[in-house]
Amino acid sequence: MPELNAKIPSGPLKDKWTQHKAHIKLVNPANKHKYNIIVVGTGLAGGSAAATLAELGYNVQVFCFQDSPRRAHSIAAQGGINASKNYPNDGDSIYRLFYDTIKGGDFRSREANVYRLAEVSGNIIDQCVAQGVPFAREYAGYLDNRSFGGAQVSRTFYARGQTGQQLLLGAYSALMKEVNKGSVKMFPRTEMLELVVVDGVARGIVTRNLVTGDIETHAADAVVLATGGYANVFHLSTNAKGANVTAIWRAHKKGAFMANPCYTQIHPTCIPVHGDYQSKLTLMSESLRNDGRVWVPKKPQDKRNPRDIPEEERDYYLERKYPSFGNLVPRDLASRNAKEVCDEGRGVGPTGQAVYLDFADALKRSGKAVLAERYGNLFDMYEKITGSNPYDEPMMIYPAAHYTMGGLWVDYNLMSNLPGLFVIGEANFSDHGANRLGASALMQGLADGYFILPYTIGDYLAGVKAGKATTDIPEFKEAEKYAKEKINRLLTIRGKRTVDEFHRELGLLMWNQCGMARDEKGLKEALSRIFEIRNEFWQNVDVPGSGTDLNQSLERAGRVADFLEFAETMVYDALHRKESCGGHFREEFQTPEGEALRNDNHFCYVAAWEFNGVGKEPVLHKEPLDFEEVHLAQRNYK
Amino acid sequence: MSKINLTLKVWRQKNGREKGGFETYTAKDIDTDMSFLEMLDVVNEQLTHEGKEPIAFDHDCREGVCGMCGAVINGQAHGPLKGTTLCQLHMRNFRNGETLVIEPWRSRGFPILKDLVVDRSAFDRIIAAGGYISVKTGQAPDAHAVPVRKEDSDTAFDAAACIGCGACVAACPNASAMLFTAAKVSHLSHLPQGQVEAPERVIKMVEQMDKERFGNCSNEYECEAACPKEISVEHIARMNSEYRQAKWKAKH
Ligand SMILES: Cc1cc2nc3c(=O)[nH]c(=O)nc-3n(C[C@H](O)[C@H](O)[C@H](O)COP(=O)(O)OP(=O)(O)OC[C@H]3O[C@@H](n4cnc5c(N)ncnc54)[C@H](O)[C@@H]3O)c2cc1C
Ligand code: FES
Repeated sequence: MPELNAKIPSGPLKDKWTQHKAHIKLVNPANKHKYNIIVVGTGLAGGSAAATLAELGYNVQVFCFQDSPRRAHSIAAQGGINASKNYPNDGDSIYRLFYDTIKGGDFRSREANVYRLAEVSGNIIDQCVAQGVPFAREYAGYLDNRSFGGAQVSRTFYARGQTGQQLLLGAYSALMKEVNKGSVKMFPRTEMLELVVVDGVARGIVTRNLVTGDIETHAADAVVLATGGYANVFHLSTNAKGANVTAIWRAHKKGAFMANPCYTQIHPTCIPVHGDYQSKLTLMSESLRNDGRVWVPKKPQDKRNPRDIPEEERDYYLERKYPSFGNLVPRDLASRNAKEVCDEGRGVGPTGQAVYLDFADALKRSGKAVLAERYGNLFDMYEKITGSNPYDEPMMIYPAAHYTMGGLWVDYNLMSNLPGLFVIGEANFSDHGANRLGASALMQGLADGYFILPYTIGDYLAGVKAGKATTDIPEFKEAEKYAKEKINRLLTIRGKRTVDEFHRELGLLMWNQCGMARDEKGLKEALSRIFEIRNEFWQNVDVPGSGTDLNQSLERAGRVADFLEFAETMVYDALHRKESCGGHFREEFQTPEGEALRNDNHFCYVAAWEFNGVGKEPVLHKEPLDFEEVHLAQRNYK
Repeated sequence: MSKINLTLKVWRQKNGREKGGFETYTAKDIDTDMSFLEMLDVVNEQLTHEGKEPIAFDHDCREGVCGMCGAVINGQAHGPLKGTTLCQLHMRNFRNGETLVIEPWRSRGFPILKDLVVDRSAFDRIIAAGGYISVKTGQAPDAHAVPVRKEDSDTAFDAAACIGCGACVAACPNASAMLFTAAKVSHLSHLPQGQVEAPERVIKMVEQMDKERFGNCSNEYECEAACPKEISVEHIARMNSEYRQAKWKAKH
């Protein structure tokens, strides 16, 4: 196996991307249409990439499992998207966005990638506005900004509480424009099941048509995975129900390295769990922390109505512990602190697993109309779900699994260690280190799709002979056969437990043992439990229906089967990383104040895992992280 | 929190070729804090344990924004609560002992695929016909190059909030797709960037809509009433007037 080469261009940080663009190989415009590119996923990353590649002249085939590309999980993003435009004139710059992102990620990301991300962030806003994305505006007609966790400037652009929706509809419209021209062929309700690798090079995919059940093969000169994150390994998460690890996991099994899978983000402001039937957790955008104040009673087990608890008996613990960032500390800190106060018995609500997010002061200061303008749809959603009105009573919130920083390993060109396989958006591991800052996932997805991959993929394709893609080779037949056999196996077990029962069991285990806080004992227990659950799954799952029509139980079964394998890799990663950083908090490694304690001497690297068989410990490859620009420091938000 | 029992009459149909019909199920001990889809999950778990095939229904975000879910409950698209998708409808809105008739969207434009799942690809084709600003990546000027009046931007947003669920079609006695199409036309034409292509856009989108076998609009306003995003029929009026002007311009 060749060593990991991140292919970071040489030269000063701020010139790397410009220089790289100036020197990478180009595909002759007249030849572009001869190249076939497969894009799996139509979220912000996949939608923007597919549209842009088609505009450039490539022949693009696009896949998603929803009935329309417009419904990808990106649609649910609420709060906003960062860009270092410095429109508010509050001192923002490319460097500051770069620095905040590196620091927010607890010094576990690549400087060169993050700098490039900050560099192209402004172009994203320009592009989206030109597409007609209705970002929030001030009365003068210019764009409005707000601040998000982990930053002291206002650099977040937003569209009410539906930023993801509006950005995705922009990318979708660009995509449909290309569908209309015939340069994109769209395959909705189609799930990728296998990656096809020929002589070490990604050559295509195997898919299942989710309506007819047909298994099909598709060949290409390059395959782009933009299939999102794996937070549903926790079963209960803020992700859409269909979000899965299948595409990247099956690519991993074909040789693509999985990087930093233990870096998962637990979002501090979600509606708490209220029943065992619960199917998902709903996020209340982090932007609420601009105006909402987080508190719990000072006394444990204080069951009084929140309005009856006087000021001096409340603990605004984030403001107390982090006076300069206050309620706007990064997500990992906000989540862990919520867990801590609940573990002390000071949690509120019927389960004691919740804290207050209170808007009383903001209401007094700004009035109901202003709050309604900023958060109206979030308040409505909260009321619909809980039956309680946040204008009158404080919200109750609790952390929930939300985002995954880990993903397939990619180099600076966003190509995995398998030539021809590119990975973009949440599906790769690239830019957020051990913790992502709010409003930076949308930025990364669109940066990858609009402004980075369309250049870097050309560098690869220029070295590939066009028009050679064919499914008429044994590797495709084998992959197809394998996919069919797996489906058959799932359908013939006819055991006693439903797919959801297994998913819930796995999710709860991961949440307890590999969630907000982890330790060696718990992780080791998790390894043996995952093994048992997976074994039982393959003997006792009941997947009703047939493989030759629309069968949602079968779709879920395939995804849960993959989570049951992937979970182990996640735990191995968490176990081996004997330090705390960002979202990865190992109880054994903390400062006397309870903050994450990194170990830069031993763990300042990307852990990229090579598949070694189901149930076997994967092989670790390290990509050292060199910090030339920033000084490694203990994060401080006090 | 309290528990209720319900009788469900659910449309079951194996696929687009075979005929469907109603089946009756009981939903017992339903927690009123559940969402409608969580109630269906519970029924599906029960059906699976009884060796029956669960009810197929589309869903994904379960936050009211992807537009994937939807069914007609007792004759109302997305059920009784105004401005609410099925996934955001909670069981506290129903009474113990109620009978709920649950059907898929019914329209010639939306063929049934299975049970409550329909094919809404016609909506994608309407957008593909012209529902965009044809700017390519890289062509955009600075975002502040063109200021936009806040009122226009806000109205554009109101229209752009459409989630493409299809409830407007399901609720319309003529199964018309006017509200869906108008929302996109109006979103883009309220913005200065969208002006350049506005006349061609409205003509192409309306022509595609007609091809998809959706019915005509006869001003019943059922679409607005059923829309989970409460998109106003005023956008239809705007589209009609844009369409007339664009046709007139094209002739002269
Ligand atoms: C509730 C919520 C709120 C958020 N708010 C914000 C925010 O305010 N700001 C911010 O920056 N970030 C936010 N995020 C994070 C952000 O939305 C996501 O990280 C981002 O949208 C991911 O985009 P993506 O394009 O990588 O993948 P996704 O949008 O998840 O798209 C994945 C695509 O892949 C397809 N796919 C997946 N698997 C397969 C398969 N096997 N076969 C075929 N197709 C497949 C799907 O159909 C889909 O089209 C939020 C996330 C959540 C859950
Ligand atoms: S599931 Fe997304 S809108 Fe209902």
